[in-house]
Amino acid sequence: MKATVLIRPKEGILDPQGEAVGEALRTLGFAVTSARVGRLVDVDLETDDPAEAETALAAMSRDLLANPLIESFTIEIGDGA
Amino acid sequence: MSEALGPRIAVVTFPGSNDDGDAALALELLGAEAVRVWHAETALPEGAAGVVLPGGFSYGDYLRCGAIARFAPVMEAVGAFAASGGPVLGICNGFQILCEAGLLPGVLRQNRQEQFICADVTITVESTSSAFASAWEIGQELVIPIKHGEGNWYGDDELVAGLETRGQVAFRYAEDVNGAVGSVAGVTNEAGNVLGLMPHPEHAVDPLLGPTGGVAVLEGLLSAAGIPVTH
Repeated sequence: MKATVLIRPKEGILDPQGEAVGEALRTLGFAVTSARVGRLVDVDLETDDPAEAETALAAMSRDLLANPLIESFTIEIGDGA
Repeated sequence: MSEALGPRIAVVTFPGSNDDGDAALALELLGAEAVRVWHAETALPEGAAGVVLPGGFSYGDYLRCGAIARFAPVMEAVGAFAASGGPVLGICNGFQILCEAGLLPGVLRQNRQEQFICADVTITVESTSSAFASAWEIGQELVIPIKHGEGNWYGDDELVAGLETRGQVAFRYAEDVNGAVGSVAGVTNEAGNVLGLMPHPEHAVDPLLGPTGGVAVLEGLLSAAGIPVTH
């Protein structure tokens, strides 16, 4: 089954990339107060069991995909598109 | 085998390491025997008394700097060596790897100014409690080049307070160069036998090429490695 892990810079953590993107958007004339840049990982799992997938994805996120010191993650099960 | 050789130091090469050669040369210049180790090895060389994880862009810096390298086969041996008290020095990408591997506290983020910085910087010795610091003095200034895009060290308030109390902040930049919390340039583990820093001591050992602040750092490793460890 398909799943998506969204990794975001934790609230309050400096995000220079997001600041630059926000500044660029303002330069283009968009009324943007802030932008934060994270990362998206699409995963295709062998299992069809959503609970099993959720457990596995949480472990993947903690062990590798996100660094808990500076990043938070959310898991979306299923073909989000 | 010559009797005159200094301590045997393992220099690990990951795919994408690019300061491994300089690290080996600098160590040999200072009297050590540098032994190169490929990341796929599962053991350190016989008799290794110290380990250097060099700078570069291991595994293309994919995901986060150092995040993939920590799964390299050799890292299990490095972890065991560190756990047995063996001195491990991580330089730049090596520092990032040690943080991701949990052998050092904190994490290295993108520089605040979003630019790769290449410059000679002054760092000051902030602690002499580690195994590396027997010849260092608090406040001692070392000029060593940095060259990194992700050298902005971060730890939360609680972590930083703990590190300061235990003397684990080894080096601080004399001036804020990349946004690092507390201008931290290098930290040690609690036991004081694992040291990571963003500046490149291996590029600062020969007066012909510029500042020589790296000598004190690498000699710190050699002196720490002079004590035999069992592993």
